[in-house]
Amino acid sequence: MIKSYKFRRVLANTFIYILLAVLGIIWVSPFAYLLMHSFRAESTINVPYLIPHEWTLQNYIDLFNVGGEGGSAAINFPRWFLNTLVVAIFSCIISTISVLAVSYAFSRLRFGARKKLMNIAMILGMFPGFMTMIAIYYLLKAMGLAQNLVALVICYSCGAGLGFQISKGFFDTIPRALDEAATIDGATKNQIFWKIILPMSKPIVVYTVLTSFIGPWCDFILAKIIMGDKRELYTVAIGLQSMTSAEFINEYYKQFLAGSVLVAIPITLLFLKMQKYYVEGVTAGGVKG
Amino acid sequence: MTFVEYKQLNPFQRFAYNFKKFFKNIPGAVGRFFKGIGKAIVKFFKTIVNGFKNYGTTFAKGDWATKLSYVIFGVGDISKGKIYKGILFFLSEVLYIMYIIFFGWQFISKFGTLGTVETHTVQKGIIKQTVFGDNSMLILLYSVLTIVITIVVFAIYIANIKDAYKHQVMRENGEKPTSFRHDLKDFMDGKYHITLLSFPVLMIGIFNILPLIFMILIAFTNYDKAHMPPGTLFTWVGLDNFTSLFDIVNTPKKAKTFLELTEWTLIWAVVATFTNYILGMIVALMINKKGIKLKALWRTLFVITIAVPQFVSLLLMNQMLQTNGAINVLLTDISHLFGGTERVEIQFLNSSTLMARMTVIIVNIWVGIPYTILSMSGILMNIPEDLYESARIDGATPFKTFTAITLPYMIFVTTPQLITQFVGNINNFNVIYLLTGGGPTTEAYYQAGRTDILVTWLFTLSMTSQDYGLAAAIGILVFIVCATLSLIIYNNSKSMKDEEAFS
Repeated sequence: MIKSYKFRRVLANTFIYILLAVLGIIWVSPFAYLLMHSFRAESTINVPYLIPHEWTLQNYIDLFNVGGEGGSAAINFPRWFLNTLVVAIFSCIISTISVLAVSYAFSRLRFGARKKLMNIAMILGMFPGFMTMIAIYYLLKAMGLAQNLVALVICYSCGAGLGFQISKGFFDTIPRALDEAATIDGATKNQIFWKIILPMSKPIVVYTVLTSFIGPWCDFILAKIIMGDKRELYTVAIGLQSMTSAEFINEYYKQFLAGSVLVAIPITLLFLKMQKYYVEGVTAGGVKG
Repeated sequence: MTFVEYKQLNPFQRFAYNFKKFFKNIPGAVGRFFKGIGKAIVKFFKTIVNGFKNYGTTFAKGDWATKLSYVIFGVGDISKGKIYKGILFFLSEVLYIMYIIFFGWQFISKFGTLGTVETHTVQKGIIKQTVFGDNSMLILLYSVLTIVITIVVFAIYIANIKDAYKHQVMRENGEKPTSFRHDLKDFMDGKYHITLLSFPVLMIGIFNILPLIFMILIAFTNYDKAHMPPGTLFTWVGLDNFTSLFDIVNTPKKAKTFLELTEWTLIWAVVATFTNYILGMIVALMINKKGIKLKALWRTLFVITIAVPQFVSLLLMNQMLQTNGAINVLLTDISHLFGGTERVEIQFLNSSTLMARMTVIIVNIWVGIPYTILSMSGILMNIPEDLYESARIDGATPFKTFTAITLPYMIFVTTPQLITQFVGNINNFNVIYLLTGGGPTTEAYYQAGRTDILVTWLFTLSMTSQDYGLAAAIGILVFIVCATLSLIIYNNSKSMKDEEAFS
């Protein structure tokens, strides 16, 4: 009886291992393809075989050789990368401050309009996001900011305050007894925020920072509307998307792959890090105090 | 059903019970929703009536300075020694009046017509000169801005009166107004929420609420290619944009497109949500099964798909699904193994409707399952270990623990998430837009392709064909559907929390 039970378990586990391996290969193989063909030397378009015949670094070099041999003036990948980095850094700072301020206010402070504001935030979150983008574009144009990196920073960080749920949920789990003790000792709400709540919330702060930093690298709808045809101000997302258009794809397919790899690697690493902090934040929440 | 009866059900009956209860709750939730709106409206008018009452009684009781505050902001405060606040009130009035005179009035006065003078050319001697007329778009935009500012200033006005009266009462009681320094300190403590929220609220007001009001108003105008400022004017058309989506007689093409895209959007949302949920759950259970090693490795393999920016993976998929792309190459290689000689050239994305739609759904499984795995793994790890332990002591088989503990727990925790995902899929722009761009194209639809869902159609309408009015109307309809669903979840998840079956 025991033997057959063990046997059945081993059989089941073997089956699961095989299935997981097959699925894992299916899930990862497109990225393996991406990586391999970004190093391909021959041909500029799709080739009728899966593994490249010759390998080279030339695609990456050409990507940074803007306007030179093998590159194109219209494809300014280093500039796009820099644009995105600058936008990401600034919008990350502004978003993090707004998110933490809003979630602290809603979680720990009690004031008249609290419930009303939270309901308004919930309703605002239900509108399809890009319904308002046309209006935002005209608003920015009226302010003289259209086709400008500042406009992108504003767009990515203006609505950040609405995404307070996760960090509010975290702040909610910190015992209120801590606040009360500090208040009795004469601390103001401001001091409680900086000296008690924030130091206890490292995972969720890091999570907020990373999410808002990753955002600009992945979004492309907003950037596309705002930048229009101003190619030198593109972010990597719209830049790479524009490389798949009929105008470029036949000549720059391999560079498109190389560019994708260069964006995907740092963002993937940051995302995995963020996930770790997210799990830490959510699971550690209740234990404190 | 009583609590005891509920506890006696087996997990599947419980699930069926909860499932039924959820759908039974929908009419109730919708009813509660409208009742809530009704109550809010009544409360709103009551507040206004009370406001007017207070407005009158305060004026009657007020001294000269308080009475003067009804016309000139801040006089009451200044006369009671609260100088800085009075000056701020006064300044806001001056700025507002200047804003209206020099800027706001020229727009708000044309709000009713959205402009009457078209851009035209006049003959001046021998030179033709262009005279710029009204710009409907700017009139609408700045009118909305002016209205919002007016509301804010009105709130300041009321605050000014209240403050004046408060200080009057304080003086009558022999109290002194608080000093500037004291007030400043209070913003770090008692009024800290104002310090924290003012900046985010300002940003959201300008860049979320203002554009939203603007776009909602646009839905009631004929802003499109033929009515394009600054060259031509657009104007109010009432509900025309909405009726054109339903009127099969007068605007058959638009109505047909709307009907069929709505159908496909719903099919897409249901299929995408359920395939991801069920398949994701199966994989998550496999990874988290006891005795399976290398759990972190398996999880990472799947998580990489969502860690890579979605536009990269979707653009890559788009390239791989081309006629000469990697998928067809792979299929060719496989067919050669079995003795085939032809090259496989399946047109995944741009020939048949069914093929394109199935491809989109399958690619969405590839993109979406890792999300399910991620959230499910967390939930699976959070199932209290003592539940399993007591089951083991009671002599339950692994199969029994699975059906009695794991499965009901998962379904219980993830049901609200399922509906959130459904709403998310209705709005799932990226997968459709980056993968197929809406294609295969068709003449039968108005500015849409066979795989377009409502939100991608909205995008094409506003970006490519510039039918802003129609696009805004669709946005409002999508909002109504999503908002209703979200409110039902919101209400239900609260009642679910109250049950606390697993806490």
